[in-house]
Amino acid sequence: MEGLFFNVNGGYIEGIVRGYRNNLLNGQHYANLTQCENIDGQFLLQTCELHASNTSEIVDVKLQLAPAYGDFLATLPPNPSTSALAAKTTDKLVSEFRYLQAQATGSLAKFMEYLTYGYMIDNVALLITGTLHERDTRELLERCHPLGWFETMPVLCVATNIEELYNSVLVETPLAPYFKGSLSHQDLDELNIEIVRNTLYKNYLEDFHHFVNTNPDFKGTPTQEIMSEILEFEADRRAINITLNSFGTELSKQDRRKLYPEFGKLYPEGSLMLSRADDVESVALAVSGVAEYKAFFDAVGLNQGGTEGLGNMGGGSSADGKSLEDLFYQREMELSKIVFTRQFTSAVVYAWVKLREQEIRNITWIAECIAQHQKERIGNYISVF
Amino acid sequence: MGLAYPTGAATVSLAVVGLYLLFHGEGETFNVGDFLETVSPYTWATIGIAMCIGLSVVGAACVVSRGILLTGSSIIGGGVKAPRVQTKNLISIIFCEVVAIYGVIMAIIFSSKINFVEGEAIYSGSNFYTGYAVFWGGITVGFCNLICGVSVGINGSGAALADAADPSLFVKILVVEIFSSVLGLFGLIIGLLVAGKANDFE
Repeated sequence: MEGLFFNVNGGYIEGIVRGYRNNLLNGQHYANLTQCENIDGQFLLQTCELHASNTSEIVDVKLQLAPAYGDFLATLPPNPSTSALAAKTTDKLVSEFRYLQAQATGSLAKFMEYLTYGYMIDNVALLITGTLHERDTRELLERCHPLGWFETMPVLCVATNIEELYNSVLVETPLAPYFKGSLSHQDLDELNIEIVRNTLYKNYLEDFHHFVNTNPDFKGTPTQEIMSEILEFEADRRAINITLNSFGTELSKQDRRKLYPEFGKLYPEGSLMLSRADDVESVALAVSGVAEYKAFFDAVGLNQGGTEGLGNMGGGSSADGKSLEDLFYQREMELSKIVFTRQFTSAVVYAWVKLREQEIRNITWIAECIAQHQKERIGNYISVF
Repeated sequence: MGLAYPTGAATVSLAVVGLYLLFHGEGETFNVGDFLETVSPYTWATIGIAMCIGLSVVGAACVVSRGILLTGSSIIGGGVKAPRVQTKNLISIIFCEVVAIYGVIMAIIFSSKINFVEGEAIYSGSNFYTGYAVFWGGITVGFCNLICGVSVGINGSGAALADAADPSLFVKILVVEIFSSVLGLFGLIIGLLVAGKANDFE
């Protein structure tokens, strides 16, 4: 039935998102990017004089990215830092997302709002940290993720102590339901900020899952099917990561269990076993009920252990293979990729945002490797196209 | 879900009216044969023509089932990043439009059966036959075209998005689209056969 009704409100947006997806960088682009010698054309000129022998070989990241990101990179200052590059590429994502959001109506608009809540949680957590350490939170506003921006965010900066902040969060933000009932203002003061963030995220994921499963526009459509799968994966990934990262910290098993989202492929047996896990072996045992997670743990090997092996982009101990985090990202990208085999669904917006985020991470990684002359690790980006 | 209350209300009120008639000894008021005999063949014929053209246009264009709307919104969206799909995929819009044209053709053929007949002469066997033939012929054509319009619309929407992603897919999906477009033609043929044997009103 979704074929009859989806296009009335969502046909245009779906068409645009698919257009955006077709412009994502593919394996060929990444292969070219990794051949780059520097980030910017200005830098190129300088290096040309130094390495006059192979000038034709020298190409820069900015030039390679020009077809996809031209307008946004044009304003980059000469010889940009990788963070500036990342900021500009994020700007493009944000402006495209804002355009879609302006076009969206009805449940699709609500769906896109839900998409931004995850970033809002990060922003609010950042502001809470700022307030706790009595920093000037106005400076922090610039560091917030622009997708998680909401109109009343500057209001949060007026708060000088944590109780005021808590009250204004409850009144002013769409996140109030996630705070209410599970966190009090004392909690913000006493608990580790990561626990606050994960509690919020758990509530957010459960709410999102509930939304795509009960909203009459999504119920029984591919959106429900796809988003349930993606959100379940997200929930499991968070549960596993929380467990792995909690080893060696003072987080008790009882508290840890409260941070696991109450849905997903691991819920309930796997979560219970995760909540009792003491080491990486028992985590691997807990997730062995789900074939794909078991495959990840088998691929990584148990010896990777602990928190240090989980760094993004192979930043962990195993330089040759991929880290668990990489495998999770890879899986997320594959899930997002196959979303585009379905039509008449809002889930393409979600998948596109995730794919673009990964693309930005990839570009940043490659640029960072070039800037730091770490060419041997440049191939650790994640590309599914 | 949304239809539960209206359906319930309709069932209850029909049951109440039916039981009222039954218990007051007026059950014979509900008489199907009498109803069919007293309704003028003009009524049947004109409703048939109206359904024929109305459902066809609804299937082709918009309101409920939207062939052109389905295709059009996808073409516009896909055309933002791949402008070449816009002209090429106009053919999907034309396929939808053809569905409406089937309806128009049939409505014209059906309406040629209608003549003015003086007084009671309209209630003859031949005229009843013409009335029913045009009514059911119109319904057949109308619903066939409605479903055909939806089917072409969904196909066309897929064709536009697939073409935007990979131009080589366009012709392949167009073949599928032609097959769904043929569904409307089936209705047209059956409508012609059903109404073909009917005489004009006399």
